[in-house]
Amino acid sequence: MTIRNKAYIAGAWEHPTRLAPDKTTPQLHAECAAGALADAGLSLADVDGYFCAGDAPGFGGMSMIDYLGLKVRHTDSTETGGSSYILHVSHAAQAIAAGQCSVALITLAGRPRSEPFRGGRFNAPEAAFEGWVGSTTHNSYGMCAARHMHEYGTTSEQLAWIKVAASHHAQHNEHAMLRDVVTVEDVLASPMISDPLHRLDCCVVSDGGGALIVVAPEIARSLKRPLIAVRGAGEAVKGPRGGVRLDLTTSAAAVSGPAAFAEAGVTPADMKYASIYDSFTITVLIQLEDLGFCAKGEGGRFVADGNLISGSGKLPFNTDGGGLCNNHPTNRGGITKVIEAVRQLRGEAHPAVQVPNCDLAVATGIGGSLGQRHGAATLILERQ
Amino acid sequence: MAEPMKGRALPAPEPNVETQPFWDAAAEGRLLIKRCNDTGQCFYYPRALSPFTLSANTEWVEAAGTGTIYSLSTMRRGKDAPYTLAYVTLDEGPAVLTNIATDDHDALAIGQRVRVRFVPTEGGPHVPMFAPETE
Repeated sequence: MTIRNKAYIAGAWEHPTRLAPDKTTPQLHAECAAGALADAGLSLADVDGYFCAGDAPGFGGMSMIDYLGLKVRHTDSTETGGSSYILHVSHAAQAIAAGQCSVALITLAGRPRSEPFRGGRFNAPEAAFEGWVGSTTHNSYGMCAARHMHEYGTTSEQLAWIKVAASHHAQHNEHAMLRDVVTVEDVLASPMISDPLHRLDCCVVSDGGGALIVVAPEIARSLKRPLIAVRGAGEAVKGPRGGVRLDLTTSAAAVSGPAAFAEAGVTPADMKYASIYDSFTITVLIQLEDLGFCAKGEGGRFVADGNLISGSGKLPFNTDGGGLCNNHPTNRGGITKVIEAVRQLRGEAHPAVQVPNCDLAVATGIGGSLGQRHGAATLILERQ
Repeated sequence: MAEPMKGRALPAPEPNVETQPFWDAAAEGRLLIKRCNDTGQCFYYPRALSPFTLSANTEWVEAAGTGTIYSLSTMRRGKDAPYTLAYVTLDEGPAVLTNIATDDHDALAIGQRVRVRFVPTEGGPHVPMFAPETE
């Protein structure tokens, strides 16, 4: 069984806020849900499936289902960090294909700038062995970058090109937190955060959120929105697994990416646009290799010289400015990756960054910590 | 048992029935790891069942405490900076997520030989950091 063409993304909405001291996190979820439903031309009563991850307050999906006033016959709160919402699209497509629901709502929201982080994994089996090492995302991803440089000669200049491309796109996004175009020199001159990642190698921290509506084919055709099909999907989780044969230069996207392309029956070369989760510049580089846009170790050369800039580069990526410049709501960027891919496929991206005749796109993400245990999810989307 | 991470408070690990021998040995300055007797492979962090086979045929073995830096990143910002996060590949095979205890973070490099050094935590058991073998 395949999910190919069994489900369509009918609604996609990104919250415009980047700082929300005057709202609650459930409220942001609700505003995102309302925005995505309006975008699709559907109403609350149409929703019969709900998907959320660890950012959703309360008890699994139950608190939010009740808060939002939903009546659902299918729910899924699979947690793979920032990649969860990309994975939720494929899980929603599976549920729709199996007849378990026909209108699936996916929400993400949070306020890391406005309230202290209350989560944590104190009872994780690794906690006693890793809780004291001072691992943040910066130094965990920093270790991946350091190893990639060691094995393949990747340079800080090459990583900087990823930020440069994102900034070229963000200048056109009125909601982006960082709209100034930057140069490779600017990135290298920014303060070192954790070797070898500079401040401008890191994504922004933002409040906000987003929501998606995934629907059955007959519902998609009844709506007025362009038909954006889920053509293929893949997911994977990777960790040190006992610490044997550790490889920080390859992510779980090496499984999720090829699986998604295989299901879709297309190749990376067919992609007109790519949404690549950019928690850090190195996150993009490793995923590009793992998805097969270039060979392992060639990522540095692939991203250099503006190759990711829409209009001039070979692979336009993150045309909203991505996590590096636009937003990274509640430190989880997966949903915005899908949202910008949908904009591109609908022809609704900013005209300055819209890819002409964009009919095939990939959205891929990494959640958790790339240097430790992480999840990857990849979607191939098609405008029909 | 020097205090190489000056000023950086180390949250105390919580031993449990699955890991207590590790922490008891740490208090004596010994690094215990687990070996899967089905495959002969050692693994870390320790757990009761083998992550290679899910067999309970595992046993504690004492590691030599020596290894090589697989990768590292030195935090340059925040009140605890600088400190270095690293994976150290033990001579027995598994990689250990740890800190490198040193006063000269800039001199650290991938491939460098290091040796375990147990460091006290805030009211809890000692934890295994590593230091350059020459120090």
